[in-house]
Amino acid sequence: MSLENRHLLGLEGVSKNDIQLILDTAETFREVLERPIKKVPTLQGKTIVNLFFESSTRTRISFELAERRLSADVVNFSADMSSLKKGETLKDTARNIEAMKIDMVVMRHGAPGAALFLSKVINSVIINAGDGSHEHPTQALLDLYSIREKYNHIEGLNVCIVGDISHSRVALSNIHGLKTMGANIAVCGPATLIPRELDRLGVKIFNRIDEAIEWANVLNVLRIQLERQDKSFFPSLGEYRKYFAVTKDKIQKINKNITIMHPGPINRDVELSADLADGEHSIILQQVLNGVAVRMAVLYLLGTRS
Amino acid sequence: MKHLLKNCMIIDPEVQNNGPVDILIVNETIEKIGAGIADLKMDNVIDMQGYIVAPGFIDMHVHLREPGFEHKETIESGTLAAANGGFTAVCCMPNTNPSIDDQSLVKWIIQKGKESNNGIVDVFPIGTITKAREGKELSLMMELADAGAVAFSDDGSSVQNSELLRRAMEYSSMSNKPIIQHAEDPFLGKGGAMNEGFESTRLGISPIPSITESSVIARDLIIAGYTNAAYHAAHISCRESVELIKNTKNKMQKISCEVTPHHFTLTDEAVRNFDTNTKMNPPLRTKDDIIALKEGLRDGIIDVIATDHAPHSFDEKEVEFLFAPFGIVGLETAIGLSITELVVTGYLTLMQLVEKFSVNPRKILHLPQVTIREGELANLTIISPETEWIVQVDKFKSQSKNSPFNNYKLKGKPIGIFNHGRIYLSS
Ligand SMILES: [Zn+2]
Repeated sequence: MSLENRHLLGLEGVSKNDIQLILDTAETFREVLERPIKKVPTLQGKTIVNLFFESSTRTRISFELAERRLSADVVNFSADMSSLKKGETLKDTARNIEAMKIDMVVMRHGAPGAALFLSKVINSVIINAGDGSHEHPTQALLDLYSIREKYNHIEGLNVCIVGDISHSRVALSNIHGLKTMGANIAVCGPATLIPRELDRLGVKIFNRIDEAIEWANVLNVLRIQLERQDKSFFPSLGEYRKYFAVTKDKIQKINKNITIMHPGPINRDVELSADLADGEHSIILQQVLNGVAVRMAVLYLLGTRS
Repeated sequence: MKHLLKNCMIIDPEVQNNGPVDILIVNETIEKIGAGIADLKMDNVIDMQGYIVAPGFIDMHVHLREPGFEHKETIESGTLAAANGGFTAVCCMPNTNPSIDDQSLVKWIIQKGKESNNGIVDVFPIGTITKAREGKELSLMMELADAGAVAFSDDGSSVQNSELLRRAMEYSSMSNKPIIQHAEDPFLGKGGAMNEGFESTRLGISPIPSITESSVIARDLIIAGYTNAAYHAAHISCRESVELIKNTKNKMQKISCEVTPHHFTLTDEAVRNFDTNTKMNPPLRTKDDIIALKEGLRDGIIDVIATDHAPHSFDEKEVEFLFAPFGIVGLETAIGLSITELVVTGYLTLMQLVEKFSVNPRKILHLPQVTIREGELANLTIISPETEWIVQVDKFKSQSKNSPFNNYKLKGKPIGIFNHGRIYLSS
């Protein structure tokens, strides 16, 4: 079995078979992660570059760990987005790195479509680790994995993504992946942070957190970007918290069986109450562990694809 | 020099069409029009069987990039692209460096136009509305007009300050030149890169809603009505703009507007592969907007087709979508796209097409009309409306090739132009 595409640029258009294959493969790596020696020689001799134009310590560490556990040689390249505007272009940067004979590039970049662009200007295998507010496929895959781990299936579950949908790199990938796997999808957030015509992706829209909690089996709570406040998407963090925060008492009043996810890092007691983040409903730490397994699966499947 | 154009189908609103005729041009002037003119002692005889001959086309919205951005285009390469695209005249926008806010620069550009390609394409500069296009102080409009500027525009930027816009309208009316507004609200859609809608949502690209344009046009029309100014809305892209103009046009005769071929041809779905040649401002809109634009052309609400020819070098466009500059070249695909999208589909007759490309822009700019009559200067655009061809950007005469229409199959092709006693045949 091998994946249909050479790259993982997004989950839009990725088949159910491929997602299934990635999740199944991740399961075997998940077992590896439970062993005392958590390393396999699968990607020995392969060189992977982590090209990060935005700081995302968690994603980078997760990828790096996954790469090292597959015995790949790892190079990290970090730069600022502003350097792309002024100095060397992405194309030149990538071609220079590729000239040193590498096999795969994992890229985080602030501009939508940057991963696709990269795949057109260099020959290496590309894994998108987030391209602006477009896609972040490995995050969505680890979310799918974590849901499947909890419920043994994905199909038919009600999954609601809560928060700033417009500027999220997680929302679209989740929507595409969940849709392909047969889940029902909703989003919940202030009207200013839900992009136009999102319903055309087959997504239900809530502006009331209570309704979302009542509807959902799973809430995927996004980090609310504190720095976005200047753009007047919502009047204050206080008001956001009051109307959109997911808290323990709301859960206990409305839907005790709900599962809480969060892609991290959490603003505790802003979008998610601390007791809920650490409580029985939460699978947030499993998500982090599963992230390594899922990324190992993606790296393995793309790195050994003939 | 004696040129004989045989079997011409003349499409000119001022001339009755009685079937194919021969046109004899001596030096610059149409000497004789009639059937079966003998081709004796001619320097040049061309058979125009199947072609139409129209009063020379003028593109009133072109960026020639000189001075300041000669790596994108020059007056020389831009006018050659115009000739190759079937235009005998272009109006060049003042967002050069320095911007065209000074009479010496207006004169310099006109002179440079005369020296480029033997002056076969007339270059009419557009002066700025405000000094350095900064939107703060009025430019020296009277001087600019006297030097030869045919209109005023801060294209690329919108005149935001309503008081300044009002005064610009009042002041420019003394010189009888229109204000051409690039209508764009500076806050709505700030930092955006494509139309707001399902496609921007799907691509995660920060959006530019249609109200960015239409809300400014609404305000402008109110101010233009109050000042009774000649106001021309550049490159309108959405249904609301068409409707706003429709509702004011019968009351206000000096209101006009233009549309680009790309806005009536492509929707925002073209952005799906993040092709930076689908990034322009205003952005590509939706199917419904295209219908409104085509109907607006048909119903006479939209007066002019203009290209917003905006050359950028390959490297400038070979970047992430977000970082790419706005704009595409348009001179060499305008006629093909217009015939394919408007004439073949029945929205416009060839006669109406000639009005949009030749008669109406000259009317708006108060330039002398061009007609195909004996005794007139020969200023002609020759088109084969039936020829099917494939766009190949590497064949463009423009220095830049940033077009989303590479490999497009079009019907209707420019054959050549005649102007100032010279003929140019398109390749
Ligand atoms: Zn403009």
